[in-house]
Amino acid sequence: MTTLPTSTDRKLGLVIDLDTCVGCHACVISCKGWNTENYGAPLSDQDPYGANPTGTFLNRVHSYEIQPEAAPAQLIHFPKSCLHCEDAPCVTVCPTGASYKRVEDGIVLVNESDCIGCGLCAWACPYGAREMDAEEKVMKKCTLCVDRIYNENLPEEDREPACVRTCPAGARHFGDFADPDSNVSQLTAQRGGMDLMPEMGTKPVNKYLPPRPKDQSLKEEVDILAPFLEPITEAPKGFLGWLDKALDAMPGGPKGGSN
Amino acid sequence: MPKDQPNLDTSPPVSDEVRKTTCYMCACRCGINVHMKDGKVAYIEGNKDHPVNRGVLCAKGSAGIMQVNAPSRLKAPLKRVGERGSGEFEEISWEEALTLATEWLEPIRKEAPEKLAFFTGRDQSQSFTSLWAQGFGTPNYAAHGGFCSVNMAAAGIYTMGGAFWEFGQPDWDHTKMFVLFGVAEDHDSNPIKMGIGKIKDRGARMVGVNPIRSGYNAVADDWFGITPGTDGLLIMALIHELFKAGKLDLDYLARFTNASCLVNEDTKSDQFGLLMRDDDGEPLVIDRNTGHLAPWNGQGVEPDLSGTHRAAGVTHRPVFHLMADRFLDPKYAPEEAADKTGISASRIKRLAADMARVAFDEEIVLDRSWTDFRGKKHDKMVGRPVSMHAMRGISAHSNGFQTCRALHTLQIILGAVETPGGMRFKPPYPKPATAHPKPHGKVTPGAALNGPHLGYPHGPDDLMLHEDGSAIRIDKAYTWENPLSAHGMMHMVISNAHAGDPYKIDTLFMYMANMSWNSSMNTTGVMEMLTDKDENGDYVIPHIIYSDAYSSEMVAYADLILPDTTYLERHDCISLLDRPISEADGVADAIRWPVVEPDRDVRGFQSVLCELGARLGLTGFVNEDGSQKYEDYADYITNHIRRPGIGPLAGWRMGEDGLQDGRGDPNEGQLDSYIQNGGFWVSHVPEEASYYKPFNMAYQNWAVEMGFYDSVQPYIFTPYVEPLRRMQLAAEGHGRVQPPDHLRQQVKDTMDPLPIWYAPLSDEMIDCDEYNVHALTQRPMAMYHSWGTQNAWLRQIHGRNPLYVPTKIWEANGFEDGDWAKVTSPSGTITVPVAHMAALNENTVWTWNAIGKRKGAWALDKDAPETKEGFLLNHLIHELLPAKGDGMRWSNSDPITGQAAWFDLRVKIEKTDAPAADQSKPEFSPQESPVGKGPKSQAWKVGK
Repeated sequence: MTTLPTSTDRKLGLVIDLDTCVGCHACVISCKGWNTENYGAPLSDQDPYGANPTGTFLNRVHSYEIQPEAAPAQLIHFPKSCLHCEDAPCVTVCPTGASYKRVEDGIVLVNESDCIGCGLCAWACPYGAREMDAEEKVMKKCTLCVDRIYNENLPEEDREPACVRTCPAGARHFGDFADPDSNVSQLTAQRGGMDLMPEMGTKPVNKYLPPRPKDQSLKEEVDILAPFLEPITEAPKGFLGWLDKALDAMPGGPKGGSN
Repeated sequence: MPKDQPNLDTSPPVSDEVRKTTCYMCACRCGINVHMKDGKVAYIEGNKDHPVNRGVLCAKGSAGIMQVNAPSRLKAPLKRVGERGSGEFEEISWEEALTLATEWLEPIRKEAPEKLAFFTGRDQSQSFTSLWAQGFGTPNYAAHGGFCSVNMAAAGIYTMGGAFWEFGQPDWDHTKMFVLFGVAEDHDSNPIKMGIGKIKDRGARMVGVNPIRSGYNAVADDWFGITPGTDGLLIMALIHELFKAGKLDLDYLARFTNASCLVNEDTKSDQFGLLMRDDDGEPLVIDRNTGHLAPWNGQGVEPDLSGTHRAAGVTHRPVFHLMADRFLDPKYAPEEAADKTGISASRIKRLAADMARVAFDEEIVLDRSWTDFRGKKHDKMVGRPVSMHAMRGISAHSNGFQTCRALHTLQIILGAVETPGGMRFKPPYPKPATAHPKPHGKVTPGAALNGPHLGYPHGPDDLMLHEDGSAIRIDKAYTWENPLSAHGMMHMVISNAHAGDPYKIDTLFMYMANMSWNSSMNTTGVMEMLTDKDENGDYVIPHIIYSDAYSSEMVAYADLILPDTTYLERHDCISLLDRPISEADGVADAIRWPVVEPDRDVRGFQSVLCELGARLGLTGFVNEDGSQKYEDYADYITNHIRRPGIGPLAGWRMGEDGLQDGRGDPNEGQLDSYIQNGGFWVSHVPEEASYYKPFNMAYQNWAVEMGFYDSVQPYIFTPYVEPLRRMQLAAEGHGRVQPPDHLRQQVKDTMDPLPIWYAPLSDEMIDCDEYNVHALTQRPMAMYHSWGTQNAWLRQIHGRNPLYVPTKIWEANGFEDGDWAKVTSPSGTITVPVAHMAALNENTVWTWNAIGKRKGAWALDKDAPETKEGFLLNHLIHELLPAKGDGMRWSNSDPITGQAAWFDLRVKIEKTDAPAADQSKPEFSPQESPVGKGPKSQAWKVGK
């Protein structure tokens, strides 16, 4: 058993905007690239050019269809990585103390030199956010790019997780949820940011912004704010008659004239 | 920190050096930072200073490290030793390769240069490769635009001087309503995603019109799951509604479009339907100041939209009257469009009303004064914040050109082009058809062609026809079959060369085009054509030279392989002479440079052309003494002069007082300046020139200063396209060059100078009740054609491509997960795995493009899912329409531009048993891999 800190100074995490994510997988690969070259063992790939390629990814995008009663089906792209839970069951289950939650910022990490590759943490995580690296036999997970966000070798503007820096649609936001004025706290408040599976009691730090309501134009009742266009006239030759009047009403008046 | 928390170094070194170049994982051309460790590529991220991507990068871009190290990379020049298609080669030296190529090409050039067909696929150096082909003297050159998006490009150029992507973009910072038509994930990918992000951030509205609700459409606020091939009808219905309600920007139409120009309505005249012109050839309008005729561009003229003019006993009306006749036609009413489009009349009406409300009730006013080309000073810029984007989805149909024209016309009547919140052009665009070259095709043995191959015809005299009416070009571009084929017709080259129609060729020379697989219609047929032999046992297409960096399916079909480098090992220029990377607020170009050196015996294709051109003595590639003019591509990029003061790159040119932008002499340090600046150059559009570019004198003057053109060239948009009318006039019996009788009606029907909608041409020739399902492909955002599959990371995302089937068809066939279907079109049958997708037009099936692979290609294992369950829809699409019984070969293309009509495909679908070993059909024998296979596992880390 490994203990969690009773509280952390900061609560760093991500806000992921499901209204904006187009499912392009940019975050998935930029994460793979950074974390292969950086923190701990590389993220390996088995049978990478073969029949069943499987590799370690710390962030994956899943897609789900939703079929409302009386509206067209919708497709939701759902990026998923470690949520850096406040009550992280993956930490408490760890027999060696390799899994831990940092007291200064709440990031959940694996200390690979202490990891025995038993896989208990992956079983304990209700989100399936941990992946065992098949080559190195250590548990890999999102580090929130702990080797970027404080890295003095990077320009200050780049001190954010690789997935956030690369997201083309700007659907990913990084910040401190302990600060009510932070961008992530504000976004969560404004857009009704949600916990993933709150019933699990893990108190995830990462939040998801729900998609905005869709297909409003399908509503059959006439919307007084968006009525259909009124025809100018149904009479024959009516359009040209309207045109002459409309042109006369424009700057310069009848026959135009310089204005 | 608690004592049991490990001591973590949160500031590890990131890299030894960052080298900044331009991505080539797709056509988007983003700036990238390549982090180097120990001389190797360690990590790739977006360049925050770059005008295209501002630091972001897609999955492909970040996966570049897997491409540069892919096991599929070709290693050395190859000479075929087995039968064509087998993949059996021997490695040869570059000297031997170039000697062989010279032996084949030299006699052709001397005797009949047209016997070389040089087509360059997904080439980003077309201004260079076309110069090479011109120097050779063959008329047979083009890149892949004809099978990609030429309808979009040509419709944009003819209608308003540019379309989307490289030409123009929504005004992301101001738009309040963004309407996206058709598949668009495939071009301009990061900028569109960034734009959608900006819109969402502001709470502006996004509308998606697409049979498939994935990707960008998945985040659209409203989705219109339209029937494929009917986008034009929907757009015409929207225009109908706007005309009917008078929701039109009349001031804009009068001043800035040819809606105010008078049309010759004398039916007996050979000028019938053309614009009336003054003695200087300028179209005439009625000036509202005087009520008299005046040239369109006269100083102080206020063009009228309504007045008519009587001459020679005939009343001549302005274009705007013709537009009203066309668009108010009841056949374009929403009620008429509803069934065909699958969109209810009430939703069409509501969409039109929404566009009108945003355009006219929510207008944007920028407090910036500007002066137009008639000398009129405007004290503000008024915007109609409705923006649109479209790309292949609406254009890859046989009605695509007129559909794209309709889309631009919709933008124009709203006053939403080059105004705040609408669409903005990217310098050096806009550029009307009249400012582009015309096509050239005069062949002289042993000498250069008489000018650039590709351009924009203005009438029948500009077609590429011999005196006897036969085609000058092997692809029959610029013939009456498809007169405005501005990008050529690469998809017809192999078919025509094999048929000897219009003539036989000797050497097919291709670059970056997987024609024996995913880049061809009728893939099986193409493989047969490439391997077919004549009665003497010789190949019908005698020589095939191919350049590629990777072991693609096409490699096996060539006799000689010139192995190219990967994109991080080469010089390139993304030139203003070619396909620029500008943004609306700035003109920009960029380079690639070898951030790593090749570790194989490969050479950049353009450098190879410099040497091959010199060996052949091509015009422009040798000095006066016959020596090689450009040592390599870098030398060409630096020293080539296209016209005085203008070269491939516009940044850091040498002026009298030192370095300058736009114009100037070559500068030996130019590439170094680019490298120091992050691989690109940008110069910002002055604020007073930022909108109304074609009409705005501040922009016109800046454009001349930058060297886009040599004198100011203001113009007005042309919803009425005269070149189309000139073709119709010829079909009606006027002029020296007229279409053959069998094409007269097609030209009359389709080449309408105002937008029209007609059903896809193949619908008339097949039983639509039998083939009642539409079938499409789209490209995943994380893959680029066939390239992605050789990438170990990307193929883990998109390694499989089932046929996605909508609920109605799924249930009707009793499909279940894991089932297979037989899918049949009039030209073929495939057997493929199916998957259910609800967010889909109920009569449409689709799959991902180019995931399916041939066994043996791309250094993949023979059991890779791409080669087993994976499949191509291409087998169902023929390059020819079904025979009409007239003995003619009718191309499956847009009759105006020749764009390949991929998305006209109709199929029928039935459940079938899973094939043995889950092998999709048709199945092909494995190719020998000239590069071996990839490793069984990898743990990639270059740093210590």
